[in-house]
Amino acid sequence: MSALLQVRGLGRRYGQRIGCEDVSFDLHPGELLCIVGESGSGKSTLLNTVAAQQAPSSGSVRYRQRGGGWLELGALGEADRRRLAREEWGFVTQNPRDGLRLNVSAGANVAERLMALGMRNYSQLRGIARGWLERVEIDPARIDDAPTSFSGGMQQRLQIARTLVTQPRLVFMDEPTAGLDVSVQARILDLLRRLVNELGLAAVMVTHDLAVARLLAARTLVMQGGRVVETGLTDQILDDPQHPYTQLLVSSVLTT
Amino acid sequence: MTYNFAFLDEDTKRMLRRALLKAVAIPGYQVPFGSREMPLPYGWGTGGIQVTAALLGPDDVLKVIDQGADDTTNAVNIRRFFHRVAGVATTEHTAEATLIQTRHRIPETSLREDQILVFQVPEPEPLRTLEPREAETRTLHALADYGLMHVKLYEDIAQYGHIATSYDYPVLVDGRFLTSPSPIPKFDNPKLDRSPALMLFGAGREKRLYAIPPYTSVESLAFDDHPFEIQRWEQQCELCGSGESYLDEVVVDDRGTRMFVCSDTDFCSGHRMEAQA
Ligand SMILES: Nc1ncnc2c1ncn2[C@@H]1O[C@H](COP(=O)(O)OP(=O)(O)O)[C@@H](O)[C@H]1O
Ligand SMILES: [Mg+2]
Repeated sequence: MSALLQVRGLGRRYGQRIGCEDVSFDLHPGELLCIVGESGSGKSTLLNTVAAQQAPSSGSVRYRQRGGGWLELGALGEADRRRLAREEWGFVTQNPRDGLRLNVSAGANVAERLMALGMRNYSQLRGIARGWLERVEIDPARIDDAPTSFSGGMQQRLQIARTLVTQPRLVFMDEPTAGLDVSVQARILDLLRRLVNELGLAAVMVTHDLAVARLLAARTLVMQGGRVVETGLTDQILDDPQHPYTQLLVSSVLTT
Repeated sequence: MTYNFAFLDEDTKRMLRRALLKAVAIPGYQVPFGSREMPLPYGWGTGGIQVTAALLGPDDVLKVIDQGADDTTNAVNIRRFFHRVAGVATTEHTAEATLIQTRHRIPETSLREDQILVFQVPEPEPLRTLEPREAETRTLHALADYGLMHVKLYEDIAQYGHIATSYDYPVLVDGRFLTSPSPIPKFDNPKLDRSPALMLFGAGREKRLYAIPPYTSVESLAFDDHPFEIQRWEQQCELCGSGESYLDEVVVDDRGTRMFVCSDTDFCSGHRMEAQA
Protein backbone atom coordinates (compact mmCIF):
# COMPACT_ATOMS: atom_id res chain seq x y z
CA MET A 1 0.00 0.00 0.00
CA SER A 2 1.25 3.44 -0.89
CA ALA A 3 2.21 5.79 1.94
CA LEU A 4 0.10 8.80 2.94
CA LEU A 5 3.02 10.81 4.19
CA GLN A 6 6.71 10.64 3.30
CA VAL A 7 9.14 12.48 5.55
CA ARG A 8 12.74 12.64 4.32
CA GLY A 9 15.76 14.13 6.06
CA LEU A 10 13.57 16.66 7.82
CA GLY A 11 15.29 19.26 9.99
CA ARG A 12 14.21 22.41 11.76
CA ARG A 13 16.56 24.82 13.51
CA TYR A 14 15.83 27.78 15.74
CA GLY A 15 18.82 29.95 14.91
CA GLN A 16 21.77 27.77 15.93
CA ARG A 17 19.68 25.52 18.12
CA ILE A 18 18.48 22.22 16.70
CA GLY A 19 14.75 21.56 17.00
CA CYS A 20 14.86 18.32 15.07
CA GLU A 21 17.33 16.92 12.55
CA ASP A 22 17.49 14.37 9.73
CA VAL A 23 14.16 12.67 10.45
CA SER A 24 12.74 10.23 7.92
CA PHE A 25 9.63 8.05 8.10
CA ASP A 26 6.57 6.96 6.14
CA LEU A 27 3.02 6.97 7.44
CA HIS A 28 0.46 4.67 5.84
CA PRO A 29 -3.31 5.13 5.59
CA GLY A 30 -5.03 3.95 8.76
CA GLU A 31 -1.80 3.89 10.72
CA LEU A 32 -1.17 5.59 14.06
CA LEU A 33 2.44 6.49 14.68
CA CYS A 34 3.70 7.66 18.06
CA ILE A 35 6.65 9.96 18.56
CA VAL A 36 8.09 9.50 22.05
CA GLY A 37 10.93 11.14 23.89
CA GLU A 38 11.60 13.28 26.93
CA SER A 39 10.76 16.96 27.13
CA GLY A 40 12.89 19.03 24.74
CA SER A 41 13.74 16.09 22.48
CA GLY A 42 12.10 17.77 19.48
CA LYS A 43 8.74 16.00 19.30
CA SER A 44 6.59 19.11 18.92
CA THR A 45 9.04 20.65 16.50
CA LEU A 46 8.88 17.54 14.33
CA LEU A 47 5.08 17.37 14.49
CA ASN A 48 4.59 21.05 13.65
CA THR A 49 7.07 20.85 10.80
CA VAL A 50 5.47 17.75 9.33
CA ALA A 51 2.05 19.40 9.64
CA ALA A 52 3.44 22.41 7.72
CA GLN A 53 2.74 24.76 10.61
CA GLN A 54 6.33 25.85 10.39
CA ALA A 55 8.82 25.68 7.52
CA PRO A 56 11.56 23.04 7.57
CA SER A 57 15.21 24.14 7.54
CA SER A 58 16.11 21.06 5.52
CA GLY A 59 14.52 17.95 4.05
CA SER A 60 11.03 17.45 2.72
CA VAL A 61 7.52 16.27 3.53
CA ARG A 62 5.29 14.79 0.84
CA TYR A 63 1.57 14.14 1.29
CA ARG A 64 -0.56 11.97 -0.95
CA GLN A 65 -3.79 13.76 -1.78
CA ARG A 66 -7.26 12.25 -2.08
CA GLY A 67 -6.85 12.12 -5.85
CA GLY A 68 -3.63 10.11 -5.46
CA GLY A 69 -1.13 12.78 -6.49
CA TRP A 70 1.79 13.78 -4.26
CA LEU A 71 1.97 17.25 -2.75
CA GLU A 72 5.33 18.70 -1.77
CA LEU A 73 4.37 20.58 1.40
CA GLY A 74 7.40 22.88 1.33
CA ALA A 75 6.25 24.29 -2.01
CA LEU A 76 2.69 24.90 -0.82
CA GLY A 77 1.27 28.41 -0.64
CA GLU A 78 -0.64 29.65 2.39
CA ALA A 79 -4.02 29.19 0.66
CA ASP A 80 -3.33 25.56 -0.24
CA ARG A 81 -1.85 24.84 3.16
CA ARG A 82 -4.97 26.12 4.87
CA ARG A 83 -7.23 24.25 2.48
CA LEU A 84 -5.41 21.04 3.34
CA ALA A 85 -5.63 21.75 7.07
CA ARG A 86 -9.34 22.50 6.69
CA GLU A 87 -10.40 19.73 4.34
CA GLU A 88 -8.07 16.79 4.85
CA TRP A 89 -6.23 17.18 8.15
CA GLY A 90 -6.93 17.73 11.81
CA PHE A 91 -4.77 19.00 14.66
CA VAL A 92 -5.36 18.30 18.34
CA THR A 93 -3.36 20.49 20.72
CA GLN A 94 -2.20 19.57 24.21
CA ASN A 95 -4.13 22.39 25.81
CA PRO A 96 -7.73 22.19 24.57
CA ARG A 97 -8.05 25.92 25.12
CA ASP A 98 -5.65 26.45 22.22
CA GLY A 99 -7.70 24.29 19.91
CA LEU A 100 -11.20 25.36 20.93
CA ARG A 101 -13.09 28.57 20.30
CA LEU A 102 -13.89 29.40 23.90
CA ASN A 103 -16.34 32.25 23.27
CA VAL A 104 -18.87 30.11 21.39
CA SER A 105 -20.95 27.09 22.43
CA ALA A 106 -19.85 23.45 22.32
CA GLY A 107 -22.16 22.86 19.35
CA ALA A 108 -20.64 25.72 17.38
CA ASN A 109 -17.18 24.37 18.13
CA VAL A 110 -18.11 21.01 16.65
CA ALA A 111 -19.98 22.53 13.69
CA GLU A 112 -17.36 25.13 12.74
CA ARG A 113 -15.31 22.93 10.43
CA LEU A 114 -18.46 21.74 8.68
CA MET A 115 -19.52 25.33 8.08
CA ALA A 116 -16.04 26.12 6.80
CA LEU A 117 -16.59 23.36 4.26
CA GLY A 118 -19.81 25.03 3.18
CA MET A 119 -22.53 23.16 5.07
CA ARG A 120 -25.43 25.62 5.38
CA ASN A 121 -28.25 23.63 6.92
CA TYR A 122 -28.71 24.48 10.58
CA SER A 123 -30.71 21.41 11.65
CA GLN A 124 -28.26 19.13 9.89
CA LEU A 125 -25.35 20.85 11.67
CA ARG A 126 -27.14 20.41 15.00
CA GLY A 127 -27.79 16.77 14.32
CA ILE A 128 -24.17 16.05 13.47
CA ALA A 129 -22.90 18.08 16.45
CA ARG A 130 -25.18 16.15 18.83
CA GLY A 131 -24.03 12.87 17.35
CA TRP A 132 -20.40 13.81 17.85
CA LEU A 133 -20.89 14.99 21.41
CA GLU A 134 -22.40 11.61 22.15
CA ARG A 135 -19.52 9.87 20.43
CA VAL A 136 -17.00 11.62 22.67
CA GLU A 137 -19.17 10.93 25.72
CA ILE A 138 -20.45 14.44 26.32
CA ASP A 139 -24.16 14.73 27.13
CA PRO A 140 -25.75 16.16 23.95
CA ALA A 141 -27.99 18.26 26.21
CA ARG A 142 -24.89 20.40 26.77
CA ILE A 143 -24.69 21.34 23.10
CA ASP A 144 -25.40 25.02 23.83
CA ASP A 145 -23.12 25.29 26.86
CA ALA A 146 -19.86 27.22 26.75
CA PRO A 147 -16.72 25.05 26.68
CA THR A 148 -15.43 27.14 29.59
CA SER A 149 -18.05 25.42 31.76
CA PHE A 150 -16.51 22.01 30.91
CA SER A 151 -13.83 20.13 32.85
CA GLY A 152 -10.38 19.77 31.29
CA GLY A 153 -11.13 16.22 30.18
CA MET A 154 -14.43 17.25 28.60
CA GLN A 155 -12.75 20.14 26.82
CA GLN A 156 -10.22 17.73 25.35
CA ARG A 157 -12.99 15.39 24.23
CA LEU A 158 -14.78 18.36 22.70
CA GLN A 159 -11.63 19.30 20.82
CA ILE A 160 -11.40 15.75 19.51
CA ALA A 161 -15.01 15.91 18.28
CA ARG A 162 -14.38 19.31 16.70
CA THR A 163 -11.35 17.94 14.87
CA LEU A 164 -12.79 14.62 13.73
CA VAL A 165 -16.23 15.85 12.67
CA THR A 166 -15.09 16.37 9.07
CA GLN A 167 -13.55 12.87 8.98
CA PRO A 168 -10.03 14.06 8.19
CA ARG A 169 -7.64 11.65 6.46
CA LEU A 170 -4.74 12.58 8.70
CA VAL A 171 -4.68 13.83 12.28
CA PHE A 172 -1.80 15.34 14.23
CA MET A 173 -1.92 15.23 18.02
CA ASP A 174 0.52 16.82 20.43
CA GLU A 175 0.33 15.20 23.88
CA PRO A 176 -3.49 15.19 23.88
CA THR A 177 -3.67 13.65 27.35
CA ALA A 178 -0.76 15.33 29.11
CA GLY A 179 -1.80 17.63 31.92
CA LEU A 180 -4.91 15.59 32.73
CA ASP A 181 -5.56 13.34 35.73
CA VAL A 182 -4.59 9.71 35.15
CA SER A 183 -8.19 8.43 35.22
CA VAL A 184 -9.25 11.18 32.80
CA GLN A 185 -6.29 10.31 30.56
CA ALA A 186 -7.31 6.66 30.44
CA ARG A 187 -10.81 7.55 29.32
CA ILE A 188 -9.55 9.79 26.52
CA LEU A 189 -7.05 7.19 25.36
CA ASP A 190 -9.80 4.57 25.20
CA LEU A 191 -11.91 6.99 23.25
CA LEU A 192 -9.10 7.79 20.83
CA ARG A 193 -8.36 4.11 20.30
CA ARG A 194 -12.00 3.43 19.50
CA LEU A 195 -12.35 6.40 17.13
CA VAL A 196 -9.10 5.67 15.33
CA ASN A 197 -10.34 2.14 14.67
CA GLU A 198 -13.86 3.17 13.69
CA LEU A 199 -12.74 5.90 11.34
CA GLY A 200 -9.61 4.20 10.04
CA LEU A 201 -7.66 7.34 10.81
CA ALA A 202 -4.04 7.90 10.01
CA ALA A 203 -2.44 9.85 12.83
CA VAL A 204 0.86 11.09 14.17
CA MET A 205 0.77 11.47 17.93
CA VAL A 206 3.39 12.99 20.15
CA THR A 207 3.71 11.71 23.70
CA HIS A 208 6.34 11.51 26.39
CA ASP A 209 4.52 8.48 27.80
CA LEU A 210 5.50 5.05 26.48
CA ALA A 211 2.35 3.54 27.96
CA VAL A 212 0.32 5.73 25.61
CA ALA A 213 2.33 4.49 22.66
CA ARG A 214 1.83 0.89 23.77
CA LEU A 215 -1.93 1.38 23.93
CA LEU A 216 -2.42 3.20 20.62
CA ALA A 217 0.41 2.82 18.19
CA ALA A 218 1.59 -0.12 16.16
CA ARG A 219 4.75 1.80 15.33
CA THR A 220 6.82 4.16 17.43
CA LEU A 221 9.64 6.55 16.79
CA VAL A 222 11.96 7.43 19.69
CA MET A 223 13.60 10.86 19.73
CA GLN A 224 16.55 12.22 21.65
CA GLY A 225 18.20 15.58 21.16
CA GLY A 226 16.22 16.28 18.01
CA ARG A 227 17.14 13.01 16.29
CA VAL A 228 15.34 9.70 15.89
CA VAL A 229 17.39 7.13 17.80
CA GLU A 230 15.14 4.15 17.33
CA THR A 231 12.10 3.27 15.28
CA GLY A 232 10.01 0.14 14.85
CA LEU A 233 7.03 -1.81 16.12
CA THR A 234 5.97 -0.45 19.48
CA ASP A 235 5.88 -3.84 21.19
CA GLN A 236 9.36 -4.67 19.98
CA ILE A 237 10.74 -1.35 21.14
CA LEU A 238 9.20 -1.78 24.57
CA ASP A 239 10.13 -5.45 24.99
CA ASP A 240 13.57 -5.31 23.44
CA PRO A 241 14.89 -1.74 23.19
CA GLN A 242 18.13 -1.49 21.20
CA HIS A 243 19.33 2.05 21.80
CA PRO A 244 20.68 2.89 25.30
CA TYR A 245 18.39 5.92 25.49
CA THR A 246 15.32 3.81 24.71
CA GLN A 247 16.47 1.26 27.27
CA LEU A 248 16.62 4.06 29.81
CA LEU A 249 13.14 5.31 28.86
CA VAL A 250 11.67 1.82 29.05
CA SER A 251 13.25 1.00 32.37
CA SER A 252 12.06 4.29 33.86
CA VAL A 253 8.50 3.46 32.80
CA LEU A 254 8.76 0.01 34.34
CA THR A 255 10.05 1.30 37.65
CA THR A 256 7.41 4.00 38.08
CA MET B 1 -9.17 81.10 10.18
CA THR B 2 -9.68 80.02 6.58
CA TYR B 3 -10.15 76.50 5.31
CA ASN B 4 -9.55 74.85 2.01
CA PHE B 5 -12.80 73.97 0.21
CA ALA B 6 -14.50 71.20 2.22
CA PHE B 7 -11.92 71.56 5.03
CA LEU B 8 -9.36 68.96 3.86
CA ASP B 9 -6.34 70.07 1.83
CA GLU B 10 -6.14 68.94 -1.80
CA ASP B 11 -3.38 66.37 -1.19
CA THR B 12 -5.44 64.65 1.45
CA LYS B 13 -8.48 64.61 -0.82
CA ARG B 14 -6.40 63.15 -3.63
CA MET B 15 -5.17 60.40 -1.28
CA LEU B 16 -8.77 59.69 -0.25
CA ARG B 17 -9.97 59.62 -3.85
CA ARG B 18 -7.25 57.17 -4.80
CA ALA B 19 -8.32 54.93 -1.93
CA LEU B 20 -11.96 55.29 -3.00
CA LEU B 21 -11.17 54.35 -6.59
CA LYS B 22 -9.40 51.26 -5.35
CA ALA B 23 -12.39 50.47 -3.12
CA VAL B 24 -14.76 50.76 -6.07
CA ALA B 25 -12.50 48.55 -8.16
CA ILE B 26 -12.61 45.77 -5.52
CA PRO B 27 -16.17 45.77 -4.17
CA GLY B 28 -16.34 45.09 -0.43
CA TYR B 29 -12.56 45.08 0.07
CA GLN B 30 -11.34 47.23 2.97
CA VAL B 31 -8.79 49.73 1.70
CA PRO B 32 -6.48 51.31 4.31
CA PHE B 33 -6.15 55.08 4.19
CA GLY B 34 -4.35 57.78 6.13
CA SER B 35 -7.21 58.97 8.29
CA ARG B 36 -6.88 62.65 9.26
CA GLU B 37 -7.78 64.37 12.49
CA MET B 38 -11.16 65.98 12.03
CA PRO B 39 -12.71 68.70 14.18
CA LEU B 40 -15.14 66.10 15.53
CA PRO B 41 -14.51 63.18 17.88
CA TYR B 42 -14.37 59.57 16.58
CA GLY B 43 -17.79 58.05 16.79
CA TRP B 44 -19.20 61.18 15.19
CA GLY B 45 -18.55 59.84 11.76
CA THR B 46 -15.07 61.11 10.98
CA GLY B 47 -14.62 58.35 8.38
CA GLY B 48 -17.81 59.31 6.57
CA ILE B 49 -16.96 63.00 6.84
CA GLN B 50 -13.58 62.50 5.18
CA VAL B 51 -15.19 60.55 2.32
CA THR B 52 -17.80 63.27 1.90
CA ALA B 53 -15.11 65.98 1.98
CA ALA B 54 -13.15 64.21 -0.74
CA LEU B 55 -16.20 63.98 -3.00
CA LEU B 56 -18.03 67.28 -2.55
CA GLY B 57 -18.03 69.80 -5.39
CA PRO B 58 -19.57 73.27 -5.29
CA ASP B 59 -22.69 72.09 -7.14
CA ASP B 60 -23.45 69.22 -4.83
CA VAL B 61 -26.56 69.12 -2.69
CA LEU B 62 -25.88 67.44 0.64
CA LYS B 63 -28.25 65.56 2.90
CA VAL B 64 -27.14 64.17 6.26
CA ILE B 65 -29.16 61.69 8.30
CA ASP B 66 -28.67 59.98 11.60
CA GLN B 67 -30.98 57.01 12.40
CA GLY B 68 -33.07 58.19 9.47
CA ALA B 69 -33.62 61.69 10.83
CA ASP B 70 -32.26 64.96 9.44
CA ASP B 71 -32.73 66.87 12.68
CA THR B 72 -30.62 65.00 15.24
CA THR B 73 -27.59 66.71 16.75
CA ASN B 74 -25.13 64.58 14.81
CA ALA B 75 -26.84 65.17 11.46
CA VAL B 76 -27.31 68.89 12.06
CA ASN B 77 -23.67 69.34 13.09
CA ILE B 78 -22.27 67.54 10.07
CA ARG B 79 -24.59 69.38 7.69
CA ARG B 80 -23.66 72.73 9.25
CA PHE B 81 -19.99 71.84 9.10
CA PHE B 82 -20.08 71.24 5.35
CA HIS B 83 -22.25 74.22 4.71
CA ARG B 84 -19.63 76.34 6.45
CA VAL B 85 -16.43 74.81 5.00
CA ALA B 86 -17.72 74.07 1.48
CA GLY B 87 -20.67 76.41 1.12
CA VAL B 88 -22.68 73.64 -0.52
CA ALA B 89 -26.45 73.59 -0.63
CA THR B 90 -28.08 71.23 1.81
CA THR B 91 -31.44 69.52 1.76
CA GLU B 92 -33.60 67.21 3.82
CA HIS B 93 -35.23 65.69 0.74
CA THR B 94 -33.69 62.44 -0.42
CA ALA B 95 -34.72 63.02 -4.04
CA GLU B 96 -32.98 66.43 -4.16
CA ALA B 97 -29.65 65.28 -2.73
CA THR B 98 -26.64 64.36 -4.85
CA LEU B 99 -24.70 63.12 -1.85
CA ILE B 100 -26.17 61.65 1.32
CA GLN B 101 -24.09 60.97 4.40
CA THR B 102 -25.76 58.55 6.75
CA ARG B 103 -25.46 56.80 10.04
CA HIS B 104 -27.62 53.72 10.76
CA ARG B 105 -30.13 53.95 7.88
CA ILE B 106 -30.64 53.89 4.12
CA PRO B 107 -33.41 56.26 3.01
CA GLU B 108 -36.77 54.68 2.13
CA THR B 109 -37.00 56.66 -1.11
CA SER B 110 -35.30 54.69 -3.89
CA LEU B 111 -31.90 56.05 -4.80
CA ARG B 112 -30.72 56.88 -8.33
CA GLU B 113 -27.58 56.47 -10.40
CA ASP B 114 -26.67 60.14 -9.91
CA GLN B 115 -26.61 59.83 -6.13
CA ILE B 116 -23.91 58.69 -3.72
CA LEU B 117 -24.55 57.33 -0.25
CA VAL B 118 -21.72 57.70 2.31
CA PHE B 119 -21.93 55.52 5.42
CA GLN B 120 -20.29 56.21 8.76
CA VAL B 121 -18.71 52.97 9.98
CA PRO B 122 -17.58 52.31 13.57
CA GLU B 123 -16.17 48.77 12.94
CA PRO B 124 -15.43 47.81 9.33
CA GLU B 125 -14.40 44.23 10.11
CA PRO B 126 -17.41 41.87 10.26
CA LEU B 127 -15.25 39.08 11.72
CA ARG B 128 -13.76 41.19 14.51
CA THR B 129 -15.90 39.97 17.42
CA LEU B 130 -14.95 36.39 16.53
CA GLU B 131 -11.36 36.94 15.51
CA PRO B 132 -9.54 39.80 17.26
CA ARG B 133 -6.25 39.38 15.35
CA GLU B 134 -6.05 41.78 12.40
CA ALA B 135 -3.44 39.71 10.51
CA GLU B 136 -5.72 36.67 10.76
CA THR B 137 -8.88 38.44 9.54
CA ARG B 138 -6.87 39.82 6.62
CA THR B 139 -5.78 36.30 5.71
CA LEU B 140 -9.35 35.04 6.01
CA HIS B 141 -10.46 37.73 3.55
CA ALA B 142 -7.58 36.98 1.20
CA LEU B 143 -8.62 33.32 1.12
CA ALA B 144 -12.38 34.03 1.23
CA ASP B 145 -12.41 31.70 4.23
CA TYR B 146 -15.68 32.79 5.84
CA GLY B 147 -16.97 29.76 7.75
CA LEU B 148 -16.41 31.76 10.92
CA MET B 149 -19.20 34.20 10.07
CA HIS B 150 -21.66 31.32 10.04
CA VAL B 151 -20.45 30.37 13.52
CA LYS B 152 -21.91 33.66 14.69
CA LEU B 153 -25.22 33.08 12.91
CA TYR B 154 -25.27 29.51 14.29
CA GLU B 155 -24.84 30.90 17.81
CA ASP B 156 -27.72 33.30 17.24
CA ILE B 157 -30.11 30.51 16.31
CA ALA B 158 -28.85 28.25 19.11
CA GLN B 159 -29.46 31.01 21.65
CA TYR B 160 -32.60 32.70 20.36
CA GLY B 161 -34.19 30.23 17.99
CA HIS B 162 -33.66 32.54 15.03
CA ILE B 163 -30.93 34.76 13.61
CA ALA B 164 -31.16 37.54 16.17
CA THR B 165 -28.60 39.82 14.53
CA SER B 166 -30.85 42.71 13.55
CA TYR B 167 -28.40 45.39 12.51
CA ASP B 168 -24.92 45.37 10.97
CA TYR B 169 -26.05 42.10 9.41
CA PRO B 170 -23.14 40.57 7.45
CA VAL B 171 -23.26 40.52 3.67
CA LEU B 172 -21.23 39.00 0.87
CA VAL B 173 -20.45 41.63 -1.76
CA ASP B 174 -20.12 40.61 -5.41
CA GLY B 175 -19.90 36.98 -4.30
CA ARG B 176 -16.43 37.64 -2.91
CA PHE B 177 -15.84 39.84 0.14
CA LEU B 178 -17.58 39.46 3.46
CA THR B 179 -18.56 43.00 4.40
CA SER B 180 -20.15 44.98 7.20
CA PRO B 181 -23.05 47.08 5.92
CA SER B 182 -22.41 49.40 8.94
CA PRO B 183 -24.97 49.37 11.77
CA ILE B 184 -28.01 49.78 9.53
CA PRO B 185 -31.03 47.62 10.43
CA LYS B 186 -31.17 44.42 8.40
CA PHE B 187 -34.41 45.91 7.06
CA ASP B 188 -32.15 48.01 4.84
CA ASN B 189 -29.94 45.17 3.58
CA PRO B 190 -32.08 44.44 0.49
CA LYS B 191 -31.61 48.08 -0.56
CA LEU B 192 -27.87 47.41 -0.88
CA ASP B 193 -28.38 44.70 -3.48
CA ARG B 194 -27.94 46.01 -7.03
CA SER B 195 -28.52 49.57 -5.91
CA PRO B 196 -28.27 52.13 -8.74
CA ALA B 197 -26.47 54.52 -6.35
CA LEU B 198 -22.81 54.23 -5.42
CA MET B 199 -22.36 53.25 -1.75
CA LEU B 200 -19.19 54.27 0.06
CA PHE B 201 -18.17 53.38 3.59
CA GLY B 202 -15.70 55.24 5.80
CA ALA B 203 -14.27 54.08 9.14
CA GLY B 204 -12.22 56.92 10.66
CA ARG B 205 -10.83 55.29 13.76
CA GLU B 206 -10.02 52.02 11.96
CA LYS B 207 -8.68 53.89 8.91
CA ARG B 208 -10.54 51.80 6.32
CA LEU B 209 -12.67 52.61 3.27
CA TYR B 210 -14.78 50.28 1.21
CA ALA B 211 -17.39 50.48 -1.50
CA ILE B 212 -20.39 48.80 -3.05
CA PRO B 213 -20.46 50.05 -6.65
CA PRO B 214 -23.78 50.50 -8.47
CA TYR B 215 -25.64 47.34 -9.46
CA THR B 216 -23.39 45.06 -7.40
CA SER B 217 -24.85 41.91 -5.91
CA VAL B 218 -25.08 42.02 -2.12
CA GLU B 219 -26.17 38.83 -0.38
CA SER B 220 -27.18 38.66 3.28
CA LEU B 221 -25.74 35.48 4.81
CA ALA B 222 -28.09 32.84 6.22
CA PHE B 223 -28.75 29.14 6.54
CA ASP B 224 -30.83 27.13 4.06
CA ASP B 225 -33.38 26.35 6.76
CA HIS B 226 -33.14 29.81 8.39
CA PRO B 227 -33.27 32.19 5.44
CA PHE B 228 -32.60 35.91 5.71
CA GLU B 229 -35.63 37.92 6.75
CA ILE B 230 -36.20 41.60 7.38
CA GLN B 231 -38.04 43.16 10.31
CA ARG B 232 -41.82 43.51 9.99
CA TRP B 233 -44.35 45.34 12.14
CA GLU B 234 -47.97 44.72 12.98
CA GLN B 235 -48.39 48.49 13.15
CA GLN B 236 -48.33 51.19 10.52
CA CYS B 237 -46.69 54.56 11.01
CA GLU B 238 -49.05 56.59 13.19
CA LEU B 239 -48.07 59.82 11.47
CA CYS B 240 -48.22 58.93 7.77
CA GLY B 241 -49.87 55.50 7.77
CA SER B 242 -47.05 53.82 5.86
CA GLY B 243 -46.96 50.05 6.13
CA GLU B 244 -43.69 49.62 4.22
CA SER B 245 -41.17 51.76 6.05
CA TYR B 246 -38.86 51.02 8.97
CA LEU B 247 -40.63 52.01 12.19
CA ASP B 248 -39.21 53.36 15.45
CA GLU B 249 -41.12 52.95 18.68
CA VAL B 250 -41.00 56.29 20.46
CA VAL B 251 -42.22 57.47 23.85
CA VAL B 252 -44.44 60.50 23.33
CA ASP B 253 -45.26 61.71 26.85
CA ASP B 254 -44.12 61.36 30.44
CA ARG B 255 -46.69 58.64 31.14
CA GLY B 256 -44.83 56.23 28.87
CA THR B 257 -47.29 56.32 25.98
CA ARG B 258 -45.62 54.82 22.92
CA MET B 259 -46.23 55.05 19.24
CA PHE B 260 -44.73 53.70 16.05
CA VAL B 261 -43.46 56.22 13.54
CA CYS B 262 -41.25 56.16 10.43
CA SER B 263 -37.57 56.41 11.25
CA ASP B 264 -37.04 58.20 7.90
CA THR B 265 -38.40 61.67 8.69
CA ASP B 266 -38.22 62.94 5.10
CA PHE B 267 -40.10 59.91 3.78
CA CYS B 268 -42.72 60.31 6.52
CA SER B 269 -43.46 63.97 5.81
CA GLY B 270 -43.51 63.31 2.06
CA HIS B 271 -46.00 60.52 2.58
CA ARG B 272 -48.21 62.77 4.74
CA MET B 273 -48.23 65.51 2.11
CA GLU B 274 -49.20 63.00 -0.55
CA ALA B 275 -52.04 61.79 1.62
CA GLN B 276 -53.29 65.37 2.13
CA ALA B 277 -53.07 66.27 -1.57
N1 LIG C 1 10.11 28.54 19.12
C1 LIG C 1 11.29 28.08 19.56
N2 LIG C 1 12.38 28.91 19.58
C2 LIG C 1 13.58 28.46 19.98
N3 LIG C 1 13.81 27.22 20.38
C3 LIG C 1 12.79 26.34 20.37
C4 LIG C 1 11.48 26.73 19.97
N4 LIG C 1 10.66 25.66 20.07
C5 LIG C 1 11.42 24.65 20.52
N5 LIG C 1 12.69 25.05 20.70
C6 LIG C 1 13.81 24.21 21.15
O1 LIG C 1 13.87 23.07 20.31
C7 LIG C 1 14.10 21.91 21.07
C8 LIG C 1 12.98 20.91 20.89
O2 LIG C 1 11.80 21.46 21.48
P1 LIG C 1 10.37 20.79 21.31
O3 LIG C 1 10.18 20.43 19.91
O4 LIG C 1 9.37 21.70 21.93
O5 LIG C 1 10.53 19.47 22.18
P2 LIG C 1 9.43 18.54 22.85
O6 LIG C 1 8.13 18.79 22.19
O7 LIG C 1 9.96 17.17 22.65
O8 LIG C 1 9.39 18.89 24.30
C9 LIG C 1 14.30 22.37 22.50
O9 LIG C 1 15.68 22.56 22.72
C10 LIG C 1 13.58 23.68 22.55
O10 LIG C 1 14.12 24.53 23.51
MG1 LIG D 1 6.21 19.38 23.08
